[in-house]
Amino acid sequence: MRLFDHKYGTITSIAGPLLFVHDVMSARIGEVVKVQTPDNRQLDAEVLEIHGDTVLIEVFAETHGLDIKRTSVVFTDSVKRAPLSRDMIGRVFNGSFQPKDGFPMFLPEKWSPIAGFPMNPSARARPVDFIETGVSVIDGLNTLVKGQKLPVFSCAGLPSKEVVAAVLKNARLIGGKEGAREEYTTGHASDFIVVFAALGLTFYEYSFYKRVIDDMQSGFVAFVNMADEPVMERLLAPRFALSVAEYLAFDKGMDVLVIITDMTNYCDALREVSTAREELPGRRGYPGYMYSDLASLYERAGRIRGQQGSVTMLPVVTMPEDDITHPIPDLTGYITEGQIVLSRELHQKGIFPPVDVLPSLSRLMQRGIGKGHTREDHRHISNLLYKYYAKGRDLRRLEAIVGRDGMTENDKEMLNFADLFEREFIQQRAGRRSIIETLDTGFELLKQFKLEK
Amino acid sequence: MTGKITGISGPTVITDIKGLKLYERVFVGNAMLTGEVVRIEKDRSVVQVYEDTQGLAIDEPVQSTGMPLTVRLGPGLLSGIFDGLQRPLQRLKEESGPFIRGVKELSALDISGKWIFHAVRKKGEQVSTGEIIGYVKEGPFEHYISCPADVKGKIAWIAESEIHLDRPIGVMEDGSEIPGFYDWPVRVPLPYKRKYSPTEPLVTGQRSIDFLFTIAKGGTAIMPGGFGTGKTILDQSIAKFADIDIVVYAGCGERGNEMAELIEEFEMLADPWTKRTLMERTILCVNTSNMPVAAREASIYTAVTMAEYYRDMGLHVLFLADSISRWAEALREISSSLEELPGEEGYPTYLASRLSGFLERAGVVETNSGKTGSLSMILSVSPPGGDFTEPVTQSCLRTSGAFLMLDTSLAHRRHFPAINWFQSYSLYGAELLEHHAEKFMPEWEHALSTCKEILQKEEELREVAEIVGVEGLQDADRLLMHTAEMIRMKFLCQNAYTDDAFSPPARTLSIIKEILDFYKTADEKLKQGVQLDEILNEKKNK
Ligand SMILES: Nc1ncnc2c1ncn2[C@@H]1O[C@H](COP(=O)(O)OP(=O)(O)OP(=O)(O)O)[C@@H](O)[C@H]1O
Ligand SMILES: [Mg+2]
Repeated sequence: MRLFDHKYGTITSIAGPLLFVHDVMSARIGEVVKVQTPDNRQLDAEVLEIHGDTVLIEVFAETHGLDIKRTSVVFTDSVKRAPLSRDMIGRVFNGSFQPKDGFPMFLPEKWSPIAGFPMNPSARARPVDFIETGVSVIDGLNTLVKGQKLPVFSCAGLPSKEVVAAVLKNARLIGGKEGAREEYTTGHASDFIVVFAALGLTFYEYSFYKRVIDDMQSGFVAFVNMADEPVMERLLAPRFALSVAEYLAFDKGMDVLVIITDMTNYCDALREVSTAREELPGRRGYPGYMYSDLASLYERAGRIRGQQGSVTMLPVVTMPEDDITHPIPDLTGYITEGQIVLSRELHQKGIFPPVDVLPSLSRLMQRGIGKGHTREDHRHISNLLYKYYAKGRDLRRLEAIVGRDGMTENDKEMLNFADLFEREFIQQRAGRRSIIETLDTGFELLKQFKLEK
Repeated sequence: MTGKITGISGPTVITDIKGLKLYERVFVGNAMLTGEVVRIEKDRSVVQVYEDTQGLAIDEPVQSTGMPLTVRLGPGLLSGIFDGLQRPLQRLKEESGPFIRGVKELSALDISGKWIFHAVRKKGEQVSTGEIIGYVKEGPFEHYISCPADVKGKIAWIAESEIHLDRPIGVMEDGSEIPGFYDWPVRVPLPYKRKYSPTEPLVTGQRSIDFLFTIAKGGTAIMPGGFGTGKTILDQSIAKFADIDIVVYAGCGERGNEMAELIEEFEMLADPWTKRTLMERTILCVNTSNMPVAAREASIYTAVTMAEYYRDMGLHVLFLADSISRWAEALREISSSLEELPGEEGYPTYLASRLSGFLERAGVVETNSGKTGSLSMILSVSPPGGDFTEPVTQSCLRTSGAFLMLDTSLAHRRHFPAINWFQSYSLYGAELLEHHAEKFMPEWEHALSTCKEILQKEEELREVAEIVGVEGLQDADRLLMHTAEMIRMKFLCQNAYTDDAFSPPARTLSIIKEILDFYKTADEKLKQGVQLDEILNEKKNK
């Protein structure tokens, strides 16, 4: 603790979001700083580097209007923390954790550093409990489990919003215990809750999500940073959201589903800030530490051994130029436990949700399905559907060369199967399917082609 | 000596202490964060801090230790789970809960622990550096205690039966002591007498490796592959099934959930060779991607030093790291915060020499006590965008003995393990052939070349088949395609979630033999004029 007020008017340079302040006594790395603008606004900032008594400060807001003479900075002696309380539930905040819904700020029960703390790997419980999203192609073939991080890889113009909305509306947890199929729905009790972080959304996208959130009877906490709001807040909002998620999960024992959209905006903000700091750019100009930075978000998903509650994450990534090897989806894929990939081709065919099953994968699915989790034949059905659909897709290339007439009866059947699989299993215009309905749909399809064995 | 912090930038701290040595360990700030001196200038030194520097302030104290960064070596490391600086994670959890908040100095070994000591040398006998004076039983292993460096002479006293690690186990006539444990600098390989070239295969239980790309005990292998190509599953399968005494697994900058899974499985499953719990012969060194980046750089050295320590007991040790790319990225971050001139892709120019220096710590050795031990290394590599031309893959390739290329397109087709059979290679193959022929199957070499030939021909035929359809091929070619498919699906594929996850040598050989026998007989029948469909039908009905 410092015993005197730490206010300085000794700024020597301003460049973008960065300020140099001279003659500072004992600043701390990561310390929150308040910047007083000439027109008496107060901006949040943070200590980035210290060299002797010179301190480099990064401002989390637009810095236009700052000057050297009349701007002052106050050091607060604390790191950036999130206010936490159950009263956050049902509220919408901006990227700086200010209420955006017209109601007053809540009274925090506690404060927690927004960067969080790494979970001790030996304290983690491995994710095994099935989450029913109500979407067949996810539940059946790319099953999501509690504590998993499973991103949606989308392309510009594909309905990733609608896919996310479908999950938001329909997700349920099914108690994993043998026999007992206790259901918690989003509406039911407050054990299952959605934390939603929107980064760099357009007004149009925001109004779409706003409607979805308003329709949800369930608990939610939303952080919304609009496209015209400060870029720095895009880096803060997910950290606030995850601090909230961890608090609800591990202090209050809830199962939390965190949806972050769109991580591409996050990464672009990261690049912008890194460039302003004059750091050495890596691939495509993104900073070399982007892997670790993304991991500091994604790895906050998980469960703790012997404790209630879980944080499950469903981030949306829009692949620039539809390129899955672009650093953003690439690094994401290296950290998350699988990916749900949307396909332009299926979208053009009018299939919703347009999930391409072949590159999609849930890495934690194996432990979360089968007897005691979903249904005994789940693994069998999903393996067969995948296998024959992959075969059908392969044959489509041959068909393009020799034409359908030049193919064997067997191959034609496979082509028909692939078509029907897309139209009847993947395709799901409205409404949810329970896991039982999903598996039945798949089984019927296999049976129709005598492939169920 | 103590001094002050005069500058902080990310994980690097500037201090004014004088008289520091390069790579000396220092304690930084009131929180006593661990750091290493990485650069010394006239009146200031740069320290790389291995923990989060949030909250660190100018003028806080910095303390020198006079020692480099070390690991603690002694009985009780087995079944331990450590972080990159060898802090025991389970004890850390008991003391500070499920999240790693501030850091505590915790000894890797429980030094107050009791062990039963069996002396092999007696009072009055002459011993010198490296000689074994006795052992304790650590699980199934005889854990040898030997005479440390700079100690030699006649034994004045030696412990019998119960010992405590924090008290000497032997005292020499000149008063010098033989301790139960010691600290060793992580960046210095443990000494040995001489190195041999590897002659024995390391059975991994993975058919494609054991048959096509055999790895040697004491050898090195890298497995690069894009995300989701099965590096971790392969690493973990090998860690479970390899015929090896001890496994040291370094989870380097990867996922926490994977480690949770590994820990849970290793506590439950048994080693197929010894039937003992896997955890009993395993050491985990974990620095997940969200733990401090700088400690990730140190973690592989921490892990490999523990591996060498057990090698020196005359054991076969396997070191696995998932993934060495995350280590290289940590190196890059450190280098860039030191403002060093970057080389390719921003990596420091010493990346390649560091990597080859590290890989050279593998090998078969005669230990200082005259035993033979080996340290094998398998490192996974995560090339950005799955592009193998990047610096880390290329640097590893120069020194590693085997290259197991994991192929994204095979993984998408769910062909696992997705080891590409055209691009991968093992330099040990030729030398181990003799051993194979002797121990397993005389016609090994022939089987291997037939198998490779069939896969090669399939590739050529596939292009033709794409155009004319499989039906348009001649019977002999169709048979070859059919056989190749059998090799791929029944032999090379191995589902990690079924009983087939582990394939002992006998099983591996019987499968390939069966397939090749079928091919031979069918080929002869074709030549006698039997129709292919008839042969295939007959096989189906069998
Ligand atoms: N031998 C196998 N049998 C069955 N499935 C496998 C096998 N190997 C890999 N898989 C599948 O591939 C997925 C990805 O494997 P893994 O996690 O090992 O990839 P990785 O190469 O380590 O990826 P990353 O670089 O992102 O860590 C697994 O979750 C599993 O579904
Ligand atoms: Mg992996």
